[in-house]
Amino acid sequence: MGSTALSATHGAFEDVSHGGHVHHHDDGSKTLLGFWIYLMSDCLIFSALFATFIVLAHATAGGPSGKELFELPYVLGETMLLLISSVTFGMAMLNMHAGRRNQVIAWLAVTFLFGAGFIAMEVYEFAHLIHEGAGPSRSAFLSSYFTLVGTHGLHVTCGLIWLVVMMDQMRRFGLTDATRRRLSCLSLFWHFLDIVWICVFTFVYLRGAI
Amino acid sequence: MAGAHSSHDAAHHEAAHADHGSTRSYLVGFALSVVLTLASFGVVMSGLVPHELMMPGIVVFGVAQLLVQLVCFLHMGTSPSQRGNLSIMLFTLLILAIVVVGSLWVLHNMNENMMHPTSQMMPVE
Repeated sequence: MGSTALSATHGAFEDVSHGGHVHHHDDGSKTLLGFWIYLMSDCLIFSALFATFIVLAHATAGGPSGKELFELPYVLGETMLLLISSVTFGMAMLNMHAGRRNQVIAWLAVTFLFGAGFIAMEVYEFAHLIHEGAGPSRSAFLSSYFTLVGTHGLHVTCGLIWLVVMMDQMRRFGLTDATRRRLSCLSLFWHFLDIVWICVFTFVYLRGAI
Repeated sequence: MAGAHSSHDAAHHEAAHADHGSTRSYLVGFALSVVLTLASFGVVMSGLVPHELMMPGIVVFGVAQLLVQLVCFLHMGTSPSQRGNLSIMLFTLLILAIVVVGSLWVLHNMNENMMHPTSQMMPVE
């Protein structure tokens, strides 16, 4: 009987195949801890890319340096878009905890727009650099620049795809334990990317422009 | 048994709620982040800050914003439910410091002490 009650409450993610066995309680906190460990390993990837970039920052091979290439007002615009998207995601999470599904979907859509704006600006910036002859093959400095900033952009793009998937799941399944847990993971991911971006604009753009 | 379970469930959700933050914490975090971002860019773009203070300036503002976002957006703290996350993050920071500082140190010494076929790698100051 206890088992029936359990699978009724947690049917969304408790493995039913455990049968009559009373499964231990899982509130999703273990998943979040595991996801946090993944994010920290991601952090190590970025630390290696940052170290590479800083070591190669002066290896311009006679090509353009960061000071000549980077337009700080443009980067400030990108930063603001990502920062606003972080807060709108926070609003989605608050509505999730309050159980308001439609507001969650609306805030996720707003988050998606700001995130997509950020990616659009970044793609334009990359295209502009390559058009000017400052592509990734120009110098070691530019190779490490494109790898570092491109890896961050790739993460944000994955986050955008995940956002679309979560909006669809919210619409289909509503606020179940499973969708709440997944959205909590995405929330960690999204805020983590904003934190990585702080390091990018500090050590790549601002340091390069000094 | 089911009854005992659901009361445990409710208590747990209540305890976890403290970690979710509020509209206020998100808006405070946002305001502080905007101020610190503008301060960082201002240090480099305004031309008011002496050249040798620029690098320390942007690092200080960057680290401050990192802490603001960790507390206000990721709700990191020393509460029992967050201690696991916090200790994993501190360990990651240790590895990160070893990777970054180690790379810079080793390669700086290598650049200083090795002969260069051309001098274009190192700016002459």
